[in-house]
Amino acid sequence: MNRSHRTRTLAVAAVVVGALVAAGCGSSSTGGSTSAASAPGITKSQILIGSHQPLTGPAAPGYSEIAPAANAYFQYVNAHGGVYGRKIKYTYLDDGYDPSKTASVVRQLVLQDNVYAIFNGLGTPTHLAVVKYLNSAKIPDVFVASGCDCWATGYPQTFGWQLDYIREGKILGAYVKQHFAGKKVGFFYQNDEFGLDGVKGLSYEIPSSQVVSKQSYVPTNVNIGPAVAALKASGAQVVVSYSIPAFTALLKLAALKLGWNPTFVVSSVGSDPITLAGLLEAFAKKGGATVQGNQLTQGIITNGYLPTLGDMSNSWIALFEKVHNTYDAKAPFDGNVLYGMAVGYTFVQAMVKAGKNPTRADLTKAISSGLPQGPAVAPYDYSATDHGGMMGAFIGVIKNGAIVQQGPVWTTDTTPTGAVTAFSGTQPPAPSSGMP
Amino acid sequence: MTMTLLRHLAVAIVAGALVWAASVQLNAFRDYQIAEIAVYVVAIAGLSVLIGLSGQISLGNGAFMAIGAYATALLVIHLNWPVWAVFPASAAITAVAGGVVGIAAARLSGPYLAGATLLLAVALPSLALQWPGVFGGDQGLSIVVTAPARLGATFPLTRWQAWVCSLAALITLVLLANLVRSRVGRNWRAIRDDPVAAALTGLNVGRLRVLAFVVSATCAGLAGAMLTFTTTLVSPGSFTLSLSIALLTGAVLGGLGTLAGAIWGALVIVLVPTYVTDVATSHGLSSGVAANIPIAAYGVVLIVVMLLFPNGIQGGVRRLAGPLLPANLTRLASPDRQQPASEQAEGLASPDRRRPVSEHQEEGTK
Repeated sequence: MNRSHRTRTLAVAAVVVGALVAAGCGSSSTGGSTSAASAPGITKSQILIGSHQPLTGPAAPGYSEIAPAANAYFQYVNAHGGVYGRKIKYTYLDDGYDPSKTASVVRQLVLQDNVYAIFNGLGTPTHLAVVKYLNSAKIPDVFVASGCDCWATGYPQTFGWQLDYIREGKILGAYVKQHFAGKKVGFFYQNDEFGLDGVKGLSYEIPSSQVVSKQSYVPTNVNIGPAVAALKASGAQVVVSYSIPAFTALLKLAALKLGWNPTFVVSSVGSDPITLAGLLEAFAKKGGATVQGNQLTQGIITNGYLPTLGDMSNSWIALFEKVHNTYDAKAPFDGNVLYGMAVGYTFVQAMVKAGKNPTRADLTKAISSGLPQGPAVAPYDYSATDHGGMMGAFIGVIKNGAIVQQGPVWTTDTTPTGAVTAFSGTQPPAPSSGMP
Repeated sequence: MTMTLLRHLAVAIVAGALVWAASVQLNAFRDYQIAEIAVYVVAIAGLSVLIGLSGQISLGNGAFMAIGAYATALLVIHLNWPVWAVFPASAAITAVAGGVVGIAAARLSGPYLAGATLLLAVALPSLALQWPGVFGGDQGLSIVVTAPARLGATFPLTRWQAWVCSLAALITLVLLANLVRSRVGRNWRAIRDDPVAAALTGLNVGRLRVLAFVVSATCAGLAGAMLTFTTTLVSPGSFTLSLSIALLTGAVLGGLGTLAGAIWGALVIVLVPTYVTDVATSHGLSSGVAANIPIAAYGVVLIVVMLLFPNGIQGGVRRLAGPLLPANLTRLASPDRQQPASEQAEGLASPDRRRPVSEHQEEGTK
């Protein structure tokens, strides 16, 4: 034994003690609150909810606008009396779109901050990291920001919100089947649950004899030239694309380079005209060319489950623009902001329905007994057995940088045989108070 | 040797008792953070030994963590193995992968080695997307972790996770502490400081480098297994390049080549972002600013530590504690060592004397 060893071992012991002290310093009291609250996270004056959001990292551009927009709507509600007098406090933590971090921040929200519910957790791989945990801990997990149909069944505490990719694929597929009968169709899709679910929905509607080529991409590889060349070589006249905006833009540019001009049908995920035009111009500039973004997006067929942004006659758009101008004016009023406000509105709807002194179970009960149609163009399918969310969307065509609705709103289910039918109801207008 | 082992064991037992006491006192989320810290301690210790002792760099240890993590998930899902069997098995699988990479890596040095391991970090996680049937694609694989029934129905799961991960980390640290004090550790220091001289004295430089890679990968694999056990999910999004960089940052911040430094590094990586986020949000900063403050704080900590303590936090601790423990740090070589006195005095590594790794290697190849 020599003494330097002892020094080091002493140092190790000291460090461990230091570690414990450091870990202890940050701890805050979490014990059950003593007020006569109906559930953890609810006090006489406040409802505390939490979320995991990609505020930094690769998914942050665009998506980081959603939570502040939802919070802006909550501030509007708080300023107008709150929910039964309680103000909504929304704590959203950054997970950088990394599932390990999601696991950590959601435990922080649940175990330390004692949130009443997790709201609008963003991302499929990220939210899958915590969905089992939240359900075993019986924490309401409402309105996940992901179009995976995984939330629809199997998780009693979890509820989806936006139109799922299978339904969306069916609605786009039915449109292609009807309007491009006999034409050759190619698929271009992201090789993950988003693209694969979309293709599943498309395949339920488009006869397989019409599909001449299926090409996938991974988001980490921007070299999609070979895939686009294969689509062109297959003779496809219509290309249905399940891509994020950057890859929709790359697809369009690659086709342009090949002098190929098929009709593009793009999922709502990758078709926001403002985002697309910007990306097209930026990518073309990198390649040494100049393009007019809005000219290239002209004629792209897509779908939408919220009212179109340019439609100022729609009372929901008018409401959310008003809230945006008061509480979230720094962000552009784009699709992400609209999404955040709309999902915030839905949460307030559910809280109002859950009652004056709601337990956690009251919230899930309120949603699974059905929510009235709100800012979405189609109703929700919430029931005791289905926690999916929106049932339909309209088909739109991009004209001069804005989506123009074509025909009615279509609704369907996620089964292979369920029909795509025109929605006969009309969207109720936004309440004049702006609150459910 | 046995005395060394006993002493390390004694310290580990004391440390284990302290962690146990803390885990019982602290709330369930802090327990979770203890588990997270244990994960990073193991991963950073493995990397720190590789860089600080053998003089090789790896930007690919995040990928080794992915191998261990996926091995754990697959073993639990398909074979339903218990945790005490899964951890060593996952570490062993990763050790094999580390050996394969190490054989290639031993021929490279400096930026070329960094580049090759970088490739690993970037490419390996996307394999999960290539075979979604096996690896669950983008969604990954999830496992069920429960605390043993005999602990009671209300026992917090996070405390159980903290216990298991801390135990694994302490065992790893004891083994590493013995390894770096053994002949292998001395040989690593020899090839780090001067590979040519080491070869002339009869050391097999290539084999020692591969061995260092294997040890480092084994630690990373175990850390990956612990991560899966803690988060109960493994998916490609957890093993990005930034994880590998974070491990490297942790190793440098804590003090390269020191095991205590690995603990410091893990504490900084896990606690600083949470703490800073708490402070930032409680001061009502706008979300756009608050979200980026942890990253900024991380950078500030990095700069401050590197300016004040170029040898990492552990180097700083030694420097500050030095006057209090005069006998230890000024001690000369003991008879059973072949290394220079200054090397010996610093224990594991000799940060004051050491130059950057690349310099050593350039010299070695001249």
